[in-house]
Amino acid sequence: MIANLDLGSSNPMRLLLVEDDRDAAEYLRKAFKEAGHVADLAGDGEEGLALALDGKYDVMIVDRMLPQRDGLSLVSELRGRGHTTPVLILSALGQVDDRVQGLRAGGDDYLPKPYAFTELLARVEALSRRGAPQAAETVYKVADLELDRLSHSVTRGGKEIVLQPREFRLLEYLMRHAGQVVTRTMLLENVWDYHFDPQTNVIDVHVSRLRSKIDKGFEVPLIHTVRGAGYMVRAGVK
Amino acid sequence: MKVFANLARLVRTTAFKLLAAYLLVFAVFAVSVIAYTAWHTRQLIQVQVADDLEREIRFLSDQYRIGGIQRLVYVIDRRTRRPGSSIYMLANFQGEVIATNVSDLPLGLLDQPGTRFTTYNRPEESGSKSHVAFVEVDILPGGYRLLVGRDIEERDTLRALVTRPAQWAVLLIVGLGVAGGVFVTRRVLKRIDAMTATSETIMAGDLSGRLALAGTGDEFDRLAHSLNAMLERIETLMQGLKDVSDNIAHDLKTPLTRLRNRAEEALRTADGEAQWRRALEDTIEESDGLIRTFDALLMIARAEAGQARASMSDVDLAAIAENVSELYEPLADEKGLDLEVAAAPVVVHGVRELLAQALSNLVDNAIKYAAPQEGERRRIAVSLERDGSEAVLRVADQGPGIPTSEHGRVVERFVRLEASRTRPGSGLGLSLVAAVAHLHGGSLAFSDNDPGLVATLRLPAKPA
Repeated sequence: MIANLDLGSSNPMRLLLVEDDRDAAEYLRKAFKEAGHVADLAGDGEEGLALALDGKYDVMIVDRMLPQRDGLSLVSELRGRGHTTPVLILSALGQVDDRVQGLRAGGDDYLPKPYAFTELLARVEALSRRGAPQAAETVYKVADLELDRLSHSVTRGGKEIVLQPREFRLLEYLMRHAGQVVTRTMLLENVWDYHFDPQTNVIDVHVSRLRSKIDKGFEVPLIHTVRGAGYMVRAGVK
Repeated sequence: MKVFANLARLVRTTAFKLLAAYLLVFAVFAVSVIAYTAWHTRQLIQVQVADDLEREIRFLSDQYRIGGIQRLVYVIDRRTRRPGSSIYMLANFQGEVIATNVSDLPLGLLDQPGTRFTTYNRPEESGSKSHVAFVEVDILPGGYRLLVGRDIEERDTLRALVTRPAQWAVLLIVGLGVAGGVFVTRRVLKRIDAMTATSETIMAGDLSGRLALAGTGDEFDRLAHSLNAMLERIETLMQGLKDVSDNIAHDLKTPLTRLRNRAEEALRTADGEAQWRRALEDTIEESDGLIRTFDALLMIARAEAGQARASMSDVDLAAIAENVSELYEPLADEKGLDLEVAAAPVVVHGVRELLAQALSNLVDNAIKYAAPQEGERRRIAVSLERDGSEAVLRVADQGPGIPTSEHGRVVERFVRLEASRTRPGSGLGLSLVAAVAHLHGGSLAFSDNDPGLVATLRLPAKPA
């Protein structure tokens, strides 16, 4: 049920973690290391800015409330200087307008505290541009499953699969992040554009419907449940 | 000293200052009118006196022409004997006085024909008191100098007669004005003082205090009324805050205690990795529940405080109804429920995310509480329609419903009816819906569906 941290990423990332709570930062650094990534730490906004300007990072994780320079100002400063490194903002403020502020300042994702590490990891990996198909690609392929974004058609092993519009978007999002864990809240946010907690596992039912269309009758399942984290589309068990 | 302090306070009030300014303008105006009247009266008398003198000189000259100097002297002599008469003086070319009823005229006065003011003394009065007269001098043929004049003290008396009462009147008005000002200002001050005193007790902590209304519907009543409305709102918010802290104390401490007990128990008794893992998993699950409750509480508090108003925009409620229904349809289907949606196009001004969450809470509740027995099927109907200026969003189920007596109570925070104590959820779902409705200027109500429950969310709609 709960975190099985062995999510083993084949694409190690370099992360910058700007967080003033040392314990939390150390915990995250360790957890990222276990997942195969390297995280540099910065304890305040100014240090974070200096490191961000210096180094090449795949994703930055920025706490919203920081000494010296707060997270939002750090992000907008970076964006003002033309840096496009994806930024995930962490915050104790989790309301709708707080999220909007964070994204408006230039953040790419927003995660309210407290969060599950698996959620953070999945989101950071989704933000990373490594190994993910380019947004411009019109056809996503995983094993014998093909999704054509232009003609809105899905085939598996050459056989057409008919999907409802929402199922199509669900599969599209999962396939864009093929090989990465996609959490339930990520699906709710990106497929339905809602950011609240639906209390019940509504997403699970949608995924299992989708799964019955995609995987039923095929020997190799493509949509996998990652225990305690979410879902993943990938070709086969490694 | 206290009197002075009171007076100083009185003088500082706006009402008093206004009154003082008004009085000043009035006084300046009144004094100008009086001064003008006085001046004008004086001019009038002057002209009249001059005319009189002119006529008299002409008459006397005629007498001289008719009867010579003897007749003139005779006439003057007769005229001087009349009481309250003019003053006369007749002199020859050498300046020797032939007839007069005055003394001590300035030297050389008789040599200059024409009119002027002069001083003179009356022979019947001893002493040096001199009087003022307006005189006309004429030189008659033969070198005689004739002076005729009028005492003008009379004129001054008359002027005083006109102006003195007016001055008194102005003085009286100013005096009464100041007194009235003090009176009015003190009345005003008294009400303001009462309001200030009440606000101070309210600020000191007695939030139930309200400002007294005089019942006259004047501006003070209006002010007191809106201040009272504000106090009402503050009291509600404070009460809400108190409820939240009470509830936090109860409904967060209970799971926290459970959490702690489990951890302790695991430390005491757990044996082997599987049991440790199980205990830790329980701990995380329990803390997730806590976080959810906490988030819901915060969200309710925020919605009730109206903080989200800034992020409101025009929201397509029909799209929300369809999206949320679509989101829950597979889950409902799995639980033996047919989720149907019928949404007319209605736009409201609001926060999309909160409205969607409110509806999803209602649908979630319906699924949780109205699910049928294995093998049966029931219906949940989500409907949106426009009723005049309102958007009416309904979620109707065919479950056991809620007893009518409990319809109002279910929206209170943390209320979960006894029968449902065992099901999952923070118990805040409906409170959140009510808070969202309130934030949007709408309402949440429950009614019977026979069988089942209808939750009705009414929101002000944008004109179609």
